[in-house]
Amino acid sequence: MSDGRAPRRIRTYHEVADPGAESVVGQVVDQRRRLRDRLARVGRLVAIGSGKGGVGKSAISANVAAALAAGGRAVGALDADLEGPSLARMLSAGGGLVRGESGFLPARGAAGVGVVSMDLLVAEDAPLRWRGPEDHQFAWRSVLETGALREFLSDIEWGDLDVLLLDLPPGTDKLARLIDLVGPPDVVVIVTTPSEAARHVVAKSARFLEESGIREVGLVANMASWSCPHCGVAEPLFAADGARRLARDAGLELWAELPFDPRIATDTDEGLPIVLSAPERPAARALAALAERLAVP
Amino acid sequence: MKFLCVGCDAVMDYVERRLPGDGTMAVVYACPTCGKETAMLANPMETRLVSGLGIEVGGRSVPAEPLELVRSSVEGLEDPVELGASGSPGTGRVRWSEDARERLLAVPSFVRGMVKRIYGEYAAERGIEEITPEIMDRARSELGLEGM
Repeated sequence: MSDGRAPRRIRTYHEVADPGAESVVGQVVDQRRRLRDRLARVGRLVAIGSGKGGVGKSAISANVAAALAAGGRAVGALDADLEGPSLARMLSAGGGLVRGESGFLPARGAAGVGVVSMDLLVAEDAPLRWRGPEDHQFAWRSVLETGALREFLSDIEWGDLDVLLLDLPPGTDKLARLIDLVGPPDVVVIVTTPSEAARHVVAKSARFLEESGIREVGLVANMASWSCPHCGVAEPLFAADGARRLARDAGLELWAELPFDPRIATDTDEGLPIVLSAPERPAARALAALAERLAVP
Repeated sequence: MKFLCVGCDAVMDYVERRLPGDGTMAVVYACPTCGKETAMLANPMETRLVSGLGIEVGGRSVPAEPLELVRSSVEGLEDPVELGASGSPGTGRVRWSEDARERLLAVPSFVRGMVKRIYGEYAAERGIEEITPEIMDRARSELGLEGM
């Protein structure tokens, strides 16, 4: 100090705060408790994500959910892609969410999968618009998105589930956000395609998960091959071998290599996952095998 | 966040929260030793940030409603006047007159749910069955809800 006096001491936050007595902390603790109580009734929390968009996460999520439910398991599917929801359509779920005793009930989709998606709440052709000041949206928007995901997990009467599938939006940060919210999921599936471009981006997700301590992390290569509809011979769809290289470099198991099948897109777009509409096709069999892999520890 | 009365070296106590209706928030704290009061003024972005966490400064008087944040934060989800307090314990039977609904719609949408809940709680606690503009005026005066 220029006047020669010693600087006055002001106590720090940690010196004065009593976390147990803070109303805000108490409310956050209550939020966490509700989340924990709801997820305690879930056998396996399976997150399906990717650092890259457009690699088929939602179609895989829908088919895995339908395959598990068709096999007699109690399955929930949460579309965590709030901005680009598609899971409700792919699983033929509609009708909005109905109020139950301790929350809202999930909509019922193909094979009885319980589905929650922003598509069930907002008109299909309407963009998601958050209420808030137009300035500085960057400051509050991600907070709302995380809060919405928390509510979709804790305020839905999921019931006793064998598997709760989370279809995450693209981006490694979305995985980080989920882990921050619920802790490490039981299983994380990283979806990629064999292209080098996808490999480059998805490698970042793999690296992040490696450092997160999640026990079961596997890679799924979508559109790995193309089968001739006449002779049945399978050929690689991409010249690159990015998925296998990624698995090798990241030390990940390659859980599935899914052949390209136009019916995955056409049937799933109509709300009928290919595992139900054409279970005999190679892609459907590969998806069903993947589903079984995810359901059993 | 804590407020410290530097002169007394005492943590200030929460006194009240005010929502002027323009998207901002004022929270008043008082020093338990000297009694001096300080108001923290939050701009709309800061206010949204706090409400986006699903918490209420000063504590909740009623438990959180299921999907409360989603229902109050997404444009076009439902008629916002039908949300908020509609399912809260003790406030679910409170009706809103047409005039009161119109007045509520003048409140910025991103704080409307919270404002509606405050009026709903006020009415429920006093056994008021219908919220009218007159009830809103009375609540505003008693609760310091200027502009709503």
